[in-house]
Amino acid sequence: MNEFILTNISLAIMVLPIIGFFFTLILGKKIKKMYYFELFISFCVIALTAVLVFSKLSWFSGTKIVSEYTWIDIKNSSVLPNLQVDLGIMIDNMTVLLMSVVALISFLVHIFSIVYMDGDKRFNRYYAYLGLFTFSMNGIVFAHDILMMYIFWELVGITSYLLIGFWYEKDSASNASKKAFLSNRVGDVGMFGGILMLFTTYHTFTFDKIFAQIQMGVLPFNSEFWLTVTGLLVFMGAVGKSAQFPLHIWLPDAMEGPTPVSALIHAATMVAAGVYLITRVFAMLTGDALFVIACIGAISAFMPATIALTQKDIKKVLAYSTISQLGYMVMALGLGAFSFAFFHLVTHAFFKACLFLGSGSVILGMHHEQDITKMGGLRKKMPWTYATFLMATLAISGVPLTSGFLSKDGILAGSLAYGQLTGHWIFAAVGYLVAGLTAFYMFRLVIITFHGEPADKEKFGHVHETPFSMVAPLVILSGLSIFIWYTPNPVSADSGWFLSKWISTPVSVVPNHARYNFMQSEAKNAAKTEQAKVLTGTETWNKAIEAPENMEHHIVHSEVYTETLHSLHYPAIFLSVLLGGLGILFAFVMYQWKKVSADKLANAVKPLYLFSLNKWYIDEFYQATFIAFTMLLSKVLYWFDSTIVDGVVNGAAFVTRMISKFCGKFDSVVVDGLVNLVAYISGFIGIFFKKFQTGKVQTYLIYVVFSLVILLFIFKSF
Amino acid sequence: MMHIGLNHFLVLSAALFSLGVFGIVTRKNAVMVLMGLELVLNSANINFVAFAKYGNLGNQGQLIALFVVVLAAAEAAIALAIVLNIYKTFNSINVDEVDSLKE
Repeated sequence: MNEFILTNISLAIMVLPIIGFFFTLILGKKIKKMYYFELFISFCVIALTAVLVFSKLSWFSGTKIVSEYTWIDIKNSSVLPNLQVDLGIMIDNMTVLLMSVVALISFLVHIFSIVYMDGDKRFNRYYAYLGLFTFSMNGIVFAHDILMMYIFWELVGITSYLLIGFWYEKDSASNASKKAFLSNRVGDVGMFGGILMLFTTYHTFTFDKIFAQIQMGVLPFNSEFWLTVTGLLVFMGAVGKSAQFPLHIWLPDAMEGPTPVSALIHAATMVAAGVYLITRVFAMLTGDALFVIACIGAISAFMPATIALTQKDIKKVLAYSTISQLGYMVMALGLGAFSFAFFHLVTHAFFKACLFLGSGSVILGMHHEQDITKMGGLRKKMPWTYATFLMATLAISGVPLTSGFLSKDGILAGSLAYGQLTGHWIFAAVGYLVAGLTAFYMFRLVIITFHGEPADKEKFGHVHETPFSMVAPLVILSGLSIFIWYTPNPVSADSGWFLSKWISTPVSVVPNHARYNFMQSEAKNAAKTEQAKVLTGTETWNKAIEAPENMEHHIVHSEVYTETLHSLHYPAIFLSVLLGGLGILFAFVMYQWKKVSADKLANAVKPLYLFSLNKWYIDEFYQATFIAFTMLLSKVLYWFDSTIVDGVVNGAAFVTRMISKFCGKFDSVVVDGLVNLVAYISGFIGIFFKKFQTGKVQTYLIYVVFSLVILLFIFKSF
Repeated sequence: MMHIGLNHFLVLSAALFSLGVFGIVTRKNAVMVLMGLELVLNSANINFVAFAKYGNLGNQGQLIALFVVVLAAAEAAIALAIVLNIYKTFNSINVDEVDSLKE
């Protein structure tokens, strides 16, 4: 096993799904069972990923494998500047970990969809789209440069669009797909701007080369301010894709797509791509940029959590919960808790996929009913779904012994450490508040859906547990919500292999005084070695790069931050368990034991209730501002077009027509008149002379004689 | 007694020519037209003979006159043949009715 083989395995993982996509799409029209091919491909991908993950983490855990190919190479051109654009793949620990998440959830969703999508008239096309999505997502995961990432970024965008609008006969679905696509466009424009800034400054797209140059002091427009702006522009892409405030509006609507798609794309993988992008560019983010990112993350964590309290659609609750958890990750990245953010990304992907697939199971069991107020008591009819759903709910609520507890706790400890070091306690407050709210609304969902008495007796009679192929993915995913997969110690993930061996925060390369205060005292030597490695390594095609042992294991948090984080670990656990427990308790008090009537409480704080129910009126706000403005602008432009532009065109046409009419008149009267006159005169002369031609020989003879006489007289005079 | 000279012959010839032309133009019968034509030829003959006697044509004038007589005979034969054909075609020898040249 060497790097070369690993590279080839990675390329195979990347390329296989697109083969599945093409074959399933083209042959799917002829062959009814073509989706088995896509399932097979998905199985190949997960098998290869397993090989990749185990070999990488066992034997190459300290190595970053880069393999690149020069796509565009312009040298000695008289017109263009020297330019080299490389595309390639980079395999480090984060890559393989996220790859395993993508491959596993993708595979389980493939399995789950066999029954869920059964009987759909576009069944094969659905699987083709899943293949295309897996391909695009793998591209993002393996990308070693921001250009390639951007290409695949747009590809997942289009797949998301296709799958949200999969049932495009429904207006709501096609509108939702358009909304998702357009919201993502807004973010992607920013990301594209950021990429252009990076390229004009550094003449390369490769992350490592960009970081090396920042390390050497090359900055956009020679100012840290513009480095901050560039970082935030790139972050805009993540805002769109990860549905962060203010572009989060598309994700709840995206639930119009098939539920397994929501689990795969809109909960576990694609929306996590935004977080993954931030982790990739983390090294070049300045303190200011990180602070803005933390603020956006905090808003995105808090706002949807309040909205989720009142939603009645099972998928909408989960969608808002997804935004909230993604906001958590983004906030954690902004606060510098890098490894915990990535850890939460992985754990969240599993339990949120489990929740979404569980909701899919419920929806199928209830015969396509999504309103939780019409459910209730499903626990008895769907025991497996209930058990797995509950397990994932415990994980997302941060109950001890679950994966969610470990990762969330890390983030909260990070926010506490940040508060202690900088005095901004607001992030910790938001984090804990959201933790409590999350526990509350998730248990509200579980209790209303699964506990109590059935709300709709007739429907309840038809409810059935879903078949094995749907339950098995749920069991696997809920199993992955247990702590043991990540660390042997159920209260702290620090000693686990996930954090201590595999994931480490990248060295910040921005100028020292532009970092967070507590990050400034980093060992400069470490950074310099990093830079040296990048410069010597990444030039040639297909050459795996040997990094010195433990290259990914620099002391990356400053000592201060790590120590503070550790010292606050137990208070953090205590607080998070307390708030999570309170949330769960309230949920039980209100919905299980009905000690407090939810309706009365809603009436007591009616404005707040309506504010939450109507999603903070953000859609209405956008409708009234951006959309109305755009519509107004379009109307003005339309008016301009139809009046001024069309007027000019029509005027020109009118003038031309007038001139033509005049020319026509001139032609028909003057020119034709002249011609006719000539003809008329000729005709007249002809008529006149016709009379002399009688046909009688004698007349002609008379003419001859007279002419002779006249000629005689004429010639006589000469 | 008046001396008969060249002028008398010329006047006679001119009168004969005019009568011939008048006959050609006014007669309706094709045969009469041919007869007018003979008069015109003979007036020419008179001129030739007159100029042979009084002018400097010499014997050539008389020779041409003889030639004209032969020519007139041939012409008469051909013309009568044409008239016969006209009769066959139009059932008439009235030259007024033969005006198909007009067309």
